[in-house]
Amino acid sequence: MSSKLCIGGIVEPGSTVINKTGSWRTFKPIYQKEKCIKCGICELSCPENCIIKTEDGYYEIDYDYCKGCGICSNECPRETIEMVLEEK
Amino acid sequence: MNKTTELFAPGHRGCAGCCDALAAKFMLKAVGENCIVVTPTGCLEVFSTPFPESAWNVPWIHSLFENAAAVASGVEAALKALGRKNDTKIMAIGGDGATIDIGIRGLSGAFERGHDFTYVCVDNEAYMNTGVQRSGGTPFAATTTTTPAGKASFGNLRPKKNMPQIMLAHGSPYVATTSVAYPKDMMRKVKKATEVTGPTYVHVHAPCTTGWGFDGSKTIELGRLAVETALWPMMDIENGDITGVHKIRNKRPVEEYLKAQKRFKHLFSIPGGADIIKKIQELADWNADQYDL
Repeated sequence: MSSKLCIGGIVEPGSTVINKTGSWRTFKPIYQKEKCIKCGICELSCPENCIIKTEDGYYEIDYDYCKGCGICSNECPRETIEMVLEEK
Repeated sequence: MNKTTELFAPGHRGCAGCCDALAAKFMLKAVGENCIVVTPTGCLEVFSTPFPESAWNVPWIHSLFENAAAVASGVEAALKALGRKNDTKIMAIGGDGATIDIGIRGLSGAFERGHDFTYVCVDNEAYMNTGVQRSGGTPFAATTTTTPAGKASFGNLRPKKNMPQIMLAHGSPYVATTSVAYPKDMMRKVKKATEVTGPTYVHVHAPCTTGWGFDGSKTIELGRLAVETALWPMMDIENGDITGVHKIRNKRPVEEYLKAQKRFKHLFSIPGGADIIKKIQELADWNADQYDL
């Protein structure tokens, strides 16, 4: 047995990004830029951090990680985000 | 590759519409990268760090279910001893089971010793990670796998333990209650708690899609309903005095909140269910009177 004390498992910060959770999705959010008022509620209420602000102040959805929970669509005050059945 | 700049990385294994993931995101957003996070066992720990990965972009440590506050005390004491405490914030983030039941002894000790850290309880009102068993945070009349509603029972017999008052009794300089449904309120309170010197406590109400039985898209909506029905009062308590209360504009009947969840569905069909709902309404009315919501 080694005299060194085992300090437990050590992992890289933020390394869950290798796991693309987009495959979990049943419903897919479709963002309609023309209805958007840039309030940012969708970005704030996304548990996966996959609604990203673009340079022009609008948003885009990172489908690599979106699990399709639909909180963004439910919280949007202008019905900017529509949930549609994902078809592959 | 991932495009977000948030400190809580995507790719974690939280359910679609997870309240804990939202809570973790808001906390890190509020406090920033100069913090060390301790989590006890629970949903948040399990889904955010499936070995060999971690969703945390800040230093993070997990040891056991019962000792998050003790580990946080150790982190704080070690930083002080090494002369490296500076502005580093120490945050322990536990679920209701780890805070209210299993970890309460360690938590009480850490507060009594007066360590400079913040304990955040993300309260989803049962042991969700292991399959929805009742905890001290489970509200009156909710059905769980260990308090199942049926012919002989209407669900959980006891009301929720008043954890913020217990932490207040330790002489904490800042205790707050908030909800994931109010991100700005939550971020303000968590930030303030980490800035106040001494042991501070924030209790976050967090609706769990899996355990409470509602659609994942309604996480924030349900949290808002709990606040608007006065079942979850949100306030700041500084040095023992209530200094801020979230006022309710249109107080809603508790039925709206109960009807939206499977864990309270039985109340609308069992004999005597109406009386139980009345009792829950009384709890809400008491909150509204007591805290002037």
